[in-house]
Amino acid sequence: MEWETVIGLEIHAQLATRSKIFSGSATAYGAEPNTQANLVDLGYPGVLPVLNGEAVRMAVRFGLAIGARIAPHSVFARKNYFYPDLPKGYQISQYELPIVAEGTLDILLDDGSRKRVGITRAHLEEDAGKSMHEGLPGASGIDLNRAGTPLIEIVSEPDLRSAKEAVAYMKKIHTLVRYLDICDGNMQEGSFRCDANVSVRPKGQEKFGTRAEIKNLNSFRFVEKAINYEIERQIELIESGGKVVQETRLYDPDKGETRSMRSKEEANDYRYFPDPDLLPVVLDAAFIEGIRALLPELPDEKAARFVREHGLSEYDAGVLTASRELAAYYEAVVRQVGGEAKLCANWVMGDLAAFLNKDGLEITASRVDAAGLAGLVGRIADATISGKIAKDVFEAMWASGQSADAIIEQKGLRQITDTGAIEKAIEEVMASNPGQLADYRSGKDKLFGFFVGQVMKATGGKANPAQLNELLKKKLAG
Amino acid sequence: MSLPAAPAATVAELVRGLAAKRYSSVELTRAYLDRVAAAQPELNAFITVTGEAALAAAARADEARAAGRGGPLTGVPLAHKDIFCTEGVLTTCGSKMLANFVSPYDATVVAGLRQAGTVMLGKLNMDEFAMGSSNETSYFGPVRNPWDTARVPGGSSGGSAAAVAARIAPAATATDTGGSIRQPAALCGVTGIKPTYGRVSRYGMIAFASSLDQGGLITVSAEDAALLLGPMSGFDPRDSTSVDSPVPDYTATLADSLDGLTIGLVKEFFDDGLDAECGARIREAIAVLEKQGARVREVSCPNLPLSVPTYYVVAPAECSSNLARFDGVRFGHRCESPKNLTDLYSRSRGEGFGAEVKRRIMTGTYVLSAGYYDAYYLKAQRVRQLISADFARAFGECDLLLGPTSPTPAFRIGDKCDDPITMYLNDIYTIGANLAGLPGMSLPCGFVGGLPVGLQLIGPHFSEARMLNAAHRYQMETDWHLRVPAAFA
Repeated sequence: MEWETVIGLEIHAQLATRSKIFSGSATAYGAEPNTQANLVDLGYPGVLPVLNGEAVRMAVRFGLAIGARIAPHSVFARKNYFYPDLPKGYQISQYELPIVAEGTLDILLDDGSRKRVGITRAHLEEDAGKSMHEGLPGASGIDLNRAGTPLIEIVSEPDLRSAKEAVAYMKKIHTLVRYLDICDGNMQEGSFRCDANVSVRPKGQEKFGTRAEIKNLNSFRFVEKAINYEIERQIELIESGGKVVQETRLYDPDKGETRSMRSKEEANDYRYFPDPDLLPVVLDAAFIEGIRALLPELPDEKAARFVREHGLSEYDAGVLTASRELAAYYEAVVRQVGGEAKLCANWVMGDLAAFLNKDGLEITASRVDAAGLAGLVGRIADATISGKIAKDVFEAMWASGQSADAIIEQKGLRQITDTGAIEKAIEEVMASNPGQLADYRSGKDKLFGFFVGQVMKATGGKANPAQLNELLKKKLAG
Repeated sequence: MSLPAAPAATVAELVRGLAAKRYSSVELTRAYLDRVAAAQPELNAFITVTGEAALAAAARADEARAAGRGGPLTGVPLAHKDIFCTEGVLTTCGSKMLANFVSPYDATVVAGLRQAGTVMLGKLNMDEFAMGSSNETSYFGPVRNPWDTARVPGGSSGGSAAAVAARIAPAATATDTGGSIRQPAALCGVTGIKPTYGRVSRYGMIAFASSLDQGGLITVSAEDAALLLGPMSGFDPRDSTSVDSPVPDYTATLADSLDGLTIGLVKEFFDDGLDAECGARIREAIAVLEKQGARVREVSCPNLPLSVPTYYVVAPAECSSNLARFDGVRFGHRCESPKNLTDLYSRSRGEGFGAEVKRRIMTGTYVLSAGYYDAYYLKAQRVRQLISADFARAFGECDLLLGPTSPTPAFRIGDKCDDPITMYLNDIYTIGANLAGLPGMSLPCGFVGGLPVGLQLIGPHFSEARMLNAAHRYQMETDWHLRVPAAFA
C-alpha cells in the first residue's frame, strides 16, 4: 500500500528579551544555577507575575511577519501540573485566546516549487527550569535560571507531508525569528526546539491516522531522522496488523529511534483556566501598526527583490537570504563592486561558503569581509585577473588577511592583456610544437586545447583567456 | 483575668496622644505587648509576637518624632494577619505547611504601613490559608472570641478581630476573600473594611483565590480605618490587578453630612436564614442612619442567593492552582525521607495541609477537570457576571447597600466543624461583594444575648470614602464600637 505522511510542528522559540516574561530576572544563558531566579521565578508565597511588554511586542512582530491575525484581546491561562522544575505547580501560557492566530508561511521545496504552510496559532508562555541528574549522587538538582524565560510556541497546521518539508518549514521559521530579532535561534542552548506530531494514512484517505508526538527535538538533523524513523515505525506497525496509539515519544539520538514516553491515558489533565493574576492583553490598532511600521525587510521580500533587481535565480536568492547576515554581506559586496550581482552571488555561495564551512565559521566571523571580497570580484570584473587565478588569490586572502590587490601585486598575477605579448607566446609555442601544429592543421581540432594549455603555461596562467582564444584561433589557422 | 490597662480606645486617640507626647511609642508598644502576653493563653490571637523588633521599631519612631520627622501614624502599634509576608519573620498562613517559613520579603501592605511609621507587634492567627469562617482550621489552634471564649471569633481573620476586640492590638490588617474581614469583625463587635478589589496590592499576601482576595483592616472605629487605609492602598507595579487610581484622604470626608444619601436595603439579605434578633438590631441601625439624613429604599439583587455555590466553585478552583506551589521542594513542610518524587509530593502535601484546605483543593481540582470545566467553572463565572450586574443595577437606585453581615452571632467552637455546608452558609451575606469586587464594611450595631451583631455596608467600586463617611456618622451617634468585653477591659 502507498502511505502518506501527515506532520504538524510545534516550535518553541525563546524570545530574546533581556528579562523574563513575568519577572525582572535576567535571561542570559549559562549563569551559575539559580543565580538568575528571583522570588517570582521561584514561586514564593505571595509573589505575583507582571507581564514583560517586550515579549508582547516580539510576539506581535512574529504574527505580522506571517500575515496572521493579531488578537486585540488575548488571555494568559494556567496549565496545571506538578514537576520539580515548575516552581508554581503551573505554567503560565495562553490557551483559548492566543495572541497570534491564522498565519501562513511559504517554503521552497526541492523541486523548486513553493508550498504554503498554515500556522494555526502562536502563543506566549513561560519556560520551565531544568532538572539536573548528573553529579549529584542519589539526588536531583533543579536549576531555575530558565524558569520564566519567555517563549513563543508556534503551532503549524498538519500541512507537512515529509520529514524534508518539516525541516524546510522549521528552517524557514528559524530564519524568520532571527530576521525579526526576536530569538537568537541557538539550538544547542535550547533557544529553538520543536515537537513533531506525526501520523500516516493510506494515500487518498481523507481521515488522519492516529498521531504520535515526538518531544523536544533540538536540531534540524534530529527532526529529519526522528520523523523518518517514526514514519517507518508506524507503517511497519500498521502493515503487520498493529495499531498506532496516541502517545508522546522521545527521540534518542544515540540509537536513532523514538521511544514511548507516556500514553494518552497517562497524559495530564492540565486544568487550564484564565490566570486571575494577569489582566487580558488588550492591543489597539495603533500599537499593532506601530510595530508593523518597524518590521525589517523579511526573507521572502528580500529574495524577491534579489530576483527582480539583481537578476538572480529564485534558488540563489533563497540561499542568500537564509540569514539576514548572509544577505547583508552579499548586498555589501554588490554595492562595493557596483554591479556584477551574479558574479558576487557565485563567489558568496561558492568559494566563500566553502571556506566558512571548512573553518566552521559564521558569515559574521568571515576572514574575508565584504569589502575584501568586493576587491577581488572587482579585479575579475575589470579583467585584471581571471576567475581561475582569483581562486588562488582568494585562498591567499583567507590565509593572510591581505587585500586582493596586494596579493596580485606581490605575486605578479596581473593578467596579460597585451595582444603583442600573447601573440609572442603563441608563436613560441607553435614553433616548439611543429608536429602538433601539423596535426591540427590537418583537421585534428581537438588539439586546440593543447595549445591553450601550452600558452597558459608559458604565461604563468596570466594570459587573458578570451583574448588568447581569439588570437590562437587566428594564428593556428595560419 | 486582668489585663494591664489599654492606653487608649482608638488609633485616632493614640495619634493625638503621641502628637501631644502623652506617651512614647516605646511605652505604648510595651503596654500592648503586655496585654498581648496576658491575653494570649485565653485568646490565642497571635501566632508570632515580635516583641523585641517592635520595641526597637518603637524606639526609632520616638527618635523620628523627636527629630520632627514622621507622620501622624509614626509610633502607632498594630499587628498583621499571618497571611502577609514579613521579612525575616515567620509567615505561616495558619498552616503546618508554612510553620517553618520565614519570608525573605515584605508584602506591599506591610511595607506601606511600616513606611507610615506603624510598629508591628506580631502576626495574627487565622484559618489555614484563609479557608474557614471560624478560625478553627488554623494549625496553631482556634482563636477564641473575647466576648465569650467558648465561641468562635469568625474567620478567616479571627486573630485580627479578636485582637482588636480585646484591645490587645489597636488595629490589625486582615484579608477578605469571601467575608473573612467582615464576618469576624461582626462576630467580635469591631469595625472591618474590605476595600474594592484592586485598591490594595496583593503582592506579598499569600494567595487563596486571586480574583477575590483583598487586603483590608479590622479596627475599633471607621475613623481608625480611614487613618490606616491610605498608607496601605494604591497602585503597585508588582500587582497587575492593582488599580492605578489616586488614593483620596479618607479622613477628609469622614464627618460629611448624610443628607441626600440613599441607602438600599437588599431584600435578599433579609431572608429566613437571618436570626430575628439580629434583624432587629439592623433595623435599629437603619433608624439611626435615617435620623442622620439618609433615605432608605428597598432594592433587589435576585441572583445574590446564588453567591455561595458560585463562590464555592470559583474560590476552590483558584486555590487548587494557587496552592500547587507548596510541594515540599523549595520551602515549607517537606516529609521525612521521601522514597521518590510522587512520595515527596503526596506526603509533604498530605501532612502539610489540614482537612479544609484539602477539601477545597479537591473541589477545585474537580471543577477544573476535563469534562467538568464548562458545567462548573464556566457556569460559575457566568453567574458571577449576573451577580455583578445585579449590584450595578442596585447602585443605579442607591449610593450604598445595607444588610446584616452574618446570619447569627458567634457560634460555639466545634458546633459547625463537621458540617462544611452549614459553615459555608455563614458567609451568605458577604460573598457577593467579593464576587463583584465591591468594597464592604461591617460595623458593630448592638448585641444579641451578650454577643455582638454586625451591620454590613456595600458600596460601588472605589466608594470607600463614602462608606467610611456613613460608618463614621453612624458611630458618632452610637457607642457599640467602643464596647469592650469585660474580661479584657
